[in-house]
Amino acid sequence: MRRVARGVRRRAVEHVLRNGGGYLSQACSSAELLATLYGRVMRLGPSAAPMVPPPFTGTPGKGREPISGSAYNGPRRPELDRFFFSPVHYSLVLYATLIEFGRLAPEGLEAFNRDGSTVEMIGAEHSPGIEVTAGSLGQTLSQAGGVALARKLRGEPGRTWVMMSDGELQEGQTWEALAALAFHGLDRVGIYIDVNGQQCDGPMTEVMTIEPAVERIEAFGVTARSVDGHDVDALAAACDGMPDGRPRVVLARTDPCRGLPALRARSPKLHYVRFASEDERQVLVEALRDLQSDDEPCDDEQEAP
Amino acid sequence: MIELVRRPHRANMVSWGKEHLEALVLSADLTGSCEADGFREALPERFFSFGMAEQNMMGFAAGLAREGFAPWVHTFAVFICRRPFDQVAMSIAYPNVPVRLLGFLPGVTTPGGVTHQAVDDLALMRVLPNMTVLECADATDVQSVLAAAHEIDGPVYVRMLRGELPRLFDAAEPLRVGRARLLSEGDDLTVLSSGICTAEAMRLAPLLQDKGVRLRHLSVSTLKPFDDQAVREALASSRHGVITLENHSVIGGLGSAAAEAMAEAGVGAKLVRLGLQDTYAHGASCRYLMDEYGISAKALLGAVETLVGEQLGIDEAGLEPAELPATSAGQDAAKPEAL
Repeated sequence: MRRVARGVRRRAVEHVLRNGGGYLSQACSSAELLATLYGRVMRLGPSAAPMVPPPFTGTPGKGREPISGSAYNGPRRPELDRFFFSPVHYSLVLYATLIEFGRLAPEGLEAFNRDGSTVEMIGAEHSPGIEVTAGSLGQTLSQAGGVALARKLRGEPGRTWVMMSDGELQEGQTWEALAALAFHGLDRVGIYIDVNGQQCDGPMTEVMTIEPAVERIEAFGVTARSVDGHDVDALAAACDGMPDGRPRVVLARTDPCRGLPALRARSPKLHYVRFASEDERQVLVEALRDLQSDDEPCDDEQEAP
Repeated sequence: MIELVRRPHRANMVSWGKEHLEALVLSADLTGSCEADGFREALPERFFSFGMAEQNMMGFAAGLAREGFAPWVHTFAVFICRRPFDQVAMSIAYPNVPVRLLGFLPGVTTPGGVTHQAVDDLALMRVLPNMTVLECADATDVQSVLAAAHEIDGPVYVRMLRGELPRLFDAAEPLRVGRARLLSEGDDLTVLSSGICTAEAMRLAPLLQDKGVRLRHLSVSTLKPFDDQAVREALASSRHGVITLENHSVIGGLGSAAAEAMAEAGVGAKLVRLGLQDTYAHGASCRYLMDEYGISAKALLGAVETLVGEQLGIDEAGLEPAELPATSAGQDAAKPEAL
């Protein structure tokens, strides 16, 4: 999983170099989280989607059968898990993860943010790996809750996983959803949250803190575990014991510069990173060289997040 | 004497649920107020309470609909269209999932004052792609709108009525999507009405007939899509012009839909839009507000007289709804002061 996470970061850096900017810190913070979800936590069947994503064919509507990005997460079967990806600003990271797991062709990323492509920068439900249109943040958890309730009514054993970003804990709907998940006993819902402490305006502690997140979430009748979000074993173990009568939240405490120490100079402006000058670009080229080598990275990976 | 039907939706939702095993009722702390309490008692395993949290309820409804269930969301019209508008737009309308949104106490039918008065819901729902927008005018419409909405491939917003409702239309003539009800024939004026305003125009039409003014009156149940050929023809073929009468702002509802249709068809007739004239309202009885904001039979008479260019000498006492209970449509006589 460490190799996968490294590959995710490398693909993200390559992409940002090509484009002069991108959602890079999200790759640094969530690479292990997504790698662990796809590699250790979720029980998914093989992808049922083309390796190279089709072009955009239209929005959903009467008589139109839309493309669903969820097919990249495998078929829908009662015993299999479902995955709902909420922080679609992380779409580049999800696409890179799908490539690392062989669910998406590397050349599929060439269509990223191209006009007429489904591989959108802020993905929607036609984009690879994405099942609901989540760009208005905080709406996915409720929809995943509805799916989980439907599965419970049908007696399906499969679980429903949601990945969220910590900023979504600022949305009131998230708390409505947590209350409803607990109230309706949806204990096959597991929510992994990338707590990287960053949002568009800067550090969350300066914008609107969500802490103490564990206590807040527990108070809603939901089990909350806080783990090192770069520790694959800890991430995987955090969902042990499900289902136990309560929904589960895993707060993955992460570092938005992990694996890419060059980013630290940008802190606290990490939400969308632009590399305008040649000097800035050169820093990233060197970082990419590190990520491409087979050696373990010699940056600050031992530093506590 | 017009028949009054007591709480038709309450029993109808139960029988619908018994016949349709995929039907679920979702409610946000207004279960009795939206006549969903019968369903809760009869089919508790398919009733889901979400508390006062409409944004989340919309997401759950969307997820359930994606999985093949048929969620019938019950709450007041304002709490569907205003507070969770983004959730209705992005979680329900965008993916075109078959969630049925039943909005109770539309417009001035609520005793709850401005916060409870959905005078903009038709505008907000009409603007959403994929959304079908329906409105009930009587007990027959309320009893048949579930079947009509059920047939639609996509989300549906319904302006519902509750309480003691007049039966204006034959119980054997169900609401049909895209088909207005032709209630009187005439070529002097075309009147389009919707919801509780239909009864107003129905009272006035025979009095006008006595004075030699003949209305072509259609009750419009389908605000979107607005493609009924009979409506289009009625808009294009009046001697003196067209009047729309609705329990809603004149912006974005029936009046706007008629104006758009007339302009697109090149109809060069006068159009008078009766409704709330770009204003909020306040808390009072439905009848009082209908008079104050000019959406009653009396207001319609004024518009008719303006268009035909003469005073008709109709006794206003004949315009009062003698056949309706004092609390009027939308306000159940059983609990006249409650929400």
